[in-house]
Amino acid sequence: MKWAGFSQFWAMGGYGLYVWGSFFVTFAVIILEVYLLKKGRVQTLKLLKRMRNFENEA
Amino acid sequence: MAINLYYYASPATFYQLSGKLIPWFGWSAAILTLIGLYISFFVAPTDFQQGEAYRIIFIHVPAAWMSMFIYLVMAFWGAIGLAFKTRLSFMMSRALAPTGALFTFVALWTGALWGKPMWGAWWVWDARLTSELILLFLYIGIMALWAAIDDPQRGDRAGALLTLVGAINVPIIYFSVKWWNTLHQGASIKPSGTSMHEAMLAGMLIMAFAAWFYTIAVALYRVRTLIIERERNSEWVKALTGK
Repeated sequence: MKWAGFSQFWAMGGYGLYVWGSFFVTFAVIILEVYLLKKGRVQTLKLLKRMRNFENEA
Repeated sequence: MAINLYYYASPATFYQLSGKLIPWFGWSAAILTLIGLYISFFVAPTDFQQGEAYRIIFIHVPAAWMSMFIYLVMAFWGAIGLAFKTRLSFMMSRALAPTGALFTFVALWTGALWGKPMWGAWWVWDARLTSELILLFLYIGIMALWAAIDDPQRGDRAGALLTLVGAINVPIIYFSVKWWNTLHQGASIKPSGTSMHEAMLAGMLIMAFAAWFYTIAVALYRVRTLIIERERNSEWVKALTGK
């Protein structure tokens, strides 16, 4: 193990803000993209179902 | 070739096939990310010049590669669509753009966070950084153009054209560190070999593969939504969404 403890790991040799700022923001935007994708699909399926129902009634 | 490409170019077939492929690409991306993160933080040694700050490289370089690569793939599908009028090609192009923009943003963001401790500035108007920023504007511009044109076929063609014209920017980004004096360092990996430590290189390549698989999974997911939207009046989509 190259780190003496968690606080040392967190500090990243004094560059913690830059290193963690990079990794956390990257994972945040990836999670956001996956969330928006799933939401978009659910909305599209709902819309298509509603259109289908409307057609069937007409 | 034994495989009939026209068969897979049919949206209905592709919809089924891609649905089966997504979990494979998604899980491969997740596993590779975990391995890549482990190497990034526990195997790769401290850099003798930059200390721990260099670890940003494990995100920054794969993201920068993807930002350029995705653009070229988008341009490729746009060209195929314009040449052969294949509906699915344009949809692939549309499905890739948001993820390309995401990686471009990540490359710029991590670059700023790396530039501050190393150069003393979040941003400089140098060739590499400026051309990468133009790439982000191109992605946004292309998506805005698609969003602005209601007729899908016209939107497809206009977007593909803009994508192709903008492709000139990709070699400019790539060679900018050679052509101009810049603060940005040159390529660490060249055809003639690499100047990196083995574990650093391995971590970076694994993260790059993770980004690749993630992009494929996400683009396929997005294209499936696009397919059912566009093909909503076809019998197979009607069957899918319930009579």
